[in-house]
Amino acid sequence: MSINGQAYIVGAYEHPLRKAPDKSLAQLHAEVALGALADAGLSKDDVDGYFCGGDVPGTGPFSMVDYLNLKVRHADSTNIGGASYILHVNHAAQAIAAGKCDVALVTLAGRPRSEGVPKGGLKRADSPVQPDYAWETPFGMTILNVYAMCAMRHMHEFGTTPEQLAWVKVAASHHAQHNPNAMLRDLVTVDDVLNSTLVADPLHKLDCCIVSDGGGAVIVTRPEIARQLKRPLVKIRGAGEAVKHTAGGAIDLTYSAGRFSGAAAFAEAGLTPADVKYASVYDSFTITVIVQLEDLGFCAKGEGGRFVADGNLIAGVGRLPVNTDGGGLCNNHPFNRGGITKIIEAVRQLRGEAHPAVQVANCDIALAHGTGGMLGTRHGGATLIMERE
Amino acid sequence: MSVLREALDHQPETKAFWSELAEGRFKLRHCRACERAHWYPRAICPHCASPETEWRPASGQGTIYSYSIARTAAQPFAIAYVTLAEGPTMMTNIVGSDFAEIAIGKPVEIAFGHQVEDGITLPVFRLA
Ligand SMILES: [Zn+2]
Repeated sequence: MSINGQAYIVGAYEHPLRKAPDKSLAQLHAEVALGALADAGLSKDDVDGYFCGGDVPGTGPFSMVDYLNLKVRHADSTNIGGASYILHVNHAAQAIAAGKCDVALVTLAGRPRSEGVPKGGLKRADSPVQPDYAWETPFGMTILNVYAMCAMRHMHEFGTTPEQLAWVKVAASHHAQHNPNAMLRDLVTVDDVLNSTLVADPLHKLDCCIVSDGGGAVIVTRPEIARQLKRPLVKIRGAGEAVKHTAGGAIDLTYSAGRFSGAAAFAEAGLTPADVKYASVYDSFTITVIVQLEDLGFCAKGEGGRFVADGNLIAGVGRLPVNTDGGGLCNNHPFNRGGITKIIEAVRQLRGEAHPAVQVANCDIALAHGTGGMLGTRHGGATLIMERE
Repeated sequence: MSVLREALDHQPETKAFWSELAEGRFKLRHCRACERAHWYPRAICPHCASPETEWRPASGQGTIYSYSIARTAAQPFAIAYVTLAEGPTMMTNIVGSDFAEIAIGKPVEIAFGHQVEDGITLPVFRLA
């Protein structure tokens, strides 16, 4: 069974706050849920499927379904880190196609800034029960230094340079200057990135994403309901997901799970990277974008550094506009999980509702892709391809 | 009890690795069915799924596959992936070396006696 054409994204909402000390986690989830429902022209009582990742309070869907007082006949709390929400849209489309639900709600929210979660050297919330714990954590492994090792290897094998990495951040800042809600709105140059503190060789402080409070939500529904609503039609064309790991010690840091999730999504959609007018690509770090663009097929393996350089990701300037909201590098990265914002900006682009300064002309095909977990150890990849009908 | 000790207590299948290492013997888990070594060590071979795995002495030799210097830590340190002579690549630290000397492709050797919390010895490497 294919999900191509079986479901539509009819609601999308990004919380305007980037710091929310006066709101509870459940409240943030509820606010983005209601925002997405209002955007779709639906009410909470229309929701019969709920999808959430590891950022909800409590166990799986229980507490949020209770808080919102929903009546659901389908729920899915698959957790692949920050990419979960892209996967959830895939699962929601599958559930809709199988008749398991009609209106699916996907939420992400968090308040790490207000809760004082440390930045930079953030350690994973690993459990000592994990079989891999003793072989990684004692060596001081952090999210930052593992991604840094991926960047170091990419530079070694392909000649990627710190300047090329910096261009990813420069493009994000060019987009964020037009986003009034973005956490960082100042334009950044390549030199600014290279002159920022070297935090984990070869990554500088400005190669790293922000950590923000807030969240977002999307609504997925079947074609018959989507056509009754008043919003532009954003059809799901294809999706893919994959898990990459350390393979018994056969480590290769140069590629991500996106190699497999991207290929599956394009095959299901019957499209190629050349068809994509806009891409939301997970930007936990600048290197993440380069590796994923290669894996998704936008350029050959090893060419990512050259592909992103010289403003090629900037809307109106470059060959592939990427993360026109400012991305996780400048705009928003709630709960250290950027997946939902990747879908939301793609929906804005397809609807023609992005900021005029970054709106892609004739944007009929868009892609959202995420990497959740650790690029250099274990992670999930999720790819979603959408079409403006 | 440290979290690392707790982690080791959760993994009876790798208990011997840590006790052997503490006595200056670095061992790898090999599979008798497919004759391959793997990392991290486990009872069931991740390559062929055979339960016929066993500890064998390792050379302690390898080369740096990738690394980074964690410069924001209170005590900056080198984290690395080292590809062992026996095949698998493992996460580790490079100790006792100038950060500027560390590079991908450089040969390294196991450095015994590197104890952390609770007297647990970690498998770390130094430039050879
Ligand atoms: Zn085997």
